[in-house]
Amino acid sequence: MTELRLLALYPEQMNIYADRGNIVFLRRRCEWRGIGFEYAAAGPGERFEPGSHDLIYLGGGQDRDQRAVAADMVETKREALGTALADGAAVLAVCGGYQLLGHSYQLGEERLEGLGLVDLETVRKPGPRLIGNVAIEADLGSGKRTVAGFENHGGRTYLGSGEQPFGRVIKGFGNNGEDGLEGVKEGNLIGTYLHGPLLPKNAWLADHLIATALERRYGTRPDLEPLNDSLELAAHESARAAALD
Amino acid sequence: MTAFGAKVAVARAVGAASRRSGRGGGTTLPGRLLLKLEPEALRRLGADLDGETTIVSATNGKTTTAGMIAALLEADGRRPVHNRAGSNMTWGVATALLEQKGQEGLFEVDEAWLSQIASQLDPSLIVLGNLFRDQLDRYGEMETLVDDWARTVEARTDRTRFVLNADDPAIADLGRDAGGEPRDGIAYFGIEDPSQALPELQHAFDAKHCRRCGHPYAYERAFVGHLGHYSCAGCGARRPQPTVAATEIELLGMEGSRVALRTPAGPLRLELPLPGLYNVYNALAAVAAGLELGVAPERIAPALAGMRAAFGRVETIEVAGTPLSILLIKNPAGANEVLRTLRLEAGEEGLDLWIALNDRTADGRDVSWVWDADFELLDGAVRRVLCAGTRAPELAVRLKYAGWPVEAIEVEAEIGPSLDRALEGAGGRLFALPTYTALLELRKLLADRGHAEEFWR
Repeated sequence: MTELRLLALYPEQMNIYADRGNIVFLRRRCEWRGIGFEYAAAGPGERFEPGSHDLIYLGGGQDRDQRAVAADMVETKREALGTALADGAAVLAVCGGYQLLGHSYQLGEERLEGLGLVDLETVRKPGPRLIGNVAIEADLGSGKRTVAGFENHGGRTYLGSGEQPFGRVIKGFGNNGEDGLEGVKEGNLIGTYLHGPLLPKNAWLADHLIATALERRYGTRPDLEPLNDSLELAAHESARAAALD
Repeated sequence: MTAFGAKVAVARAVGAASRRSGRGGGTTLPGRLLLKLEPEALRRLGADLDGETTIVSATNGKTTTAGMIAALLEADGRRPVHNRAGSNMTWGVATALLEQKGQEGLFEVDEAWLSQIASQLDPSLIVLGNLFRDQLDRYGEMETLVDDWARTVEARTDRTRFVLNADDPAIADLGRDAGGEPRDGIAYFGIEDPSQALPELQHAFDAKHCRRCGHPYAYERAFVGHLGHYSCAGCGARRPQPTVAATEIELLGMEGSRVALRTPAGPLRLELPLPGLYNVYNALAAVAAGLELGVAPERIAPALAGMRAAFGRVETIEVAGTPLSILLIKNPAGANEVLRTLRLEAGEEGLDLWIALNDRTADGRDVSWVWDADFELLDGAVRRVLCAGTRAPELAVRLKYAGWPVEAIEVEAEIGPSLDRALEGAGGRLFALPTYTALLELRKLLADRGHAEEFWR
């Protein structure tokens, strides 16, 4: 049986905005299509085998948790994550998890070292947190699509000149509220500030990740069986409308 | 008349006029106006009270807990000034002080406003029930809130006594000083009936690490969310021994519960008309506060047995021959307790539900939280559900992925039409689970149709 192998990084620490919704969403969409779903988790101090997981998820955490996770991640997971990425694994990093992918996160005097897997930096600047419904336009190879969600971050992220954003902000703040860019996309890695359960609001993105992960494992990109997505499409419209209103 | 007296008179007159005109929102207009005229009004109004002032705060249960404390005081022949309609920021408190006469004050206060209101009212007792993740878009992260509360407790030690939940690690820790030693003037409450423990820790688990040393807490058992029996292997901090404890609990579904209590005034047996373990916690907080406030112990059980739920927290009314039970849901921990209670109510036919998810400011604009609530608890127990509210379609998706049958899920965003559809198809009782502003809309709708009084009358 075809099988999706998902690895959740720090699910106990990095789950502040109901990140488990993304996992539940992926699991059901696999089940309904007869695709097996293998779930694994790697927490503090735990290493993982880069060849054994095809979709890697990293959610958001509170500052305290993020601090502990940052140091541990650099030590126990940076190398495996880099290898998995280079080998075509799909990675979705959300909110705090997204920030950790970059070189560093500057919190006032304190500088948290990130993984440095993508060329970006995050700075906590004075001023309000960037909070609200958000809609962006992203193209993952099948034309421009909307991604809708909610963002809530104190950090402002700036991409290096060679990096591509995940999308362009239609409404909301995005990476820093200044340059109109949202998230980062490099190979099969996506980082984004659209936090928590963003996949349930964007079923097409969930299916894109499933297909990418299966392609990495089996060598060909599958044509996923269509599902009755009338509720999911309505939910996407609802989230999009909330941002555009 | 002093200048302040004149401002008070104007604010009262505007409140009375607004009430006569029949417009809604009369609950806080006088307070809002007075605070505009006189930003320090709370301090002056509070100083006019002869007796003590009590403040209640928590993520979940503050309206119910304050209502229970009011019932205890009233059974003792006392009439507190009390913001009973649940408007719990400065203007709600100011309005209560403007419009009610009483010897002492009893105020539920929004978590984020605790420090400001406490510094102005100078209360003699503060009751802190719990902190759960709730409206992160509004409060920022929980750690920030805990730090803010810790500063308040530190600043008020020796001026204020505290009633604290021993089972919430972050709250319990407020009762210890910087060196980890117990502060004076702290009364703890908690649950000590192991048979009520959850089979496993829930997803929305909000107290993972010891505030003092950062080490993860080890849980022996949890009762509601992260409320339970825990200890820290890092620094040795552990759950304090509560003086008011529920030693034996029998849950009776929507009917309520029977609870045996250990208290400093001797054992008590309560029959609570409100469902769920979360209301046992509210009752424990109220009993501990009542004893601190000198309520005669023999008056406690009868007063709690006779009380009605706080506005919209749990109530049943008859609508066109169908019993409609309303249970507020507003964050994962609270919603989980409602879902656990409903699980006990599901007969063979399955439940008829109407759930309304709004995303207005008072609800929190971010509806991500529905994925932290364990709707899976009702997998296999639902006959039909109407999804309503400003974010109804996203709620429907959540329920579908919780394993509820897709043919049982209907979406109708508008409150009125969706409720009518739900009532028409209901086999027996209909359970309505609104978020806060959806509850306000529902109450208004029912009042307009003559089924319920509007709460501010």
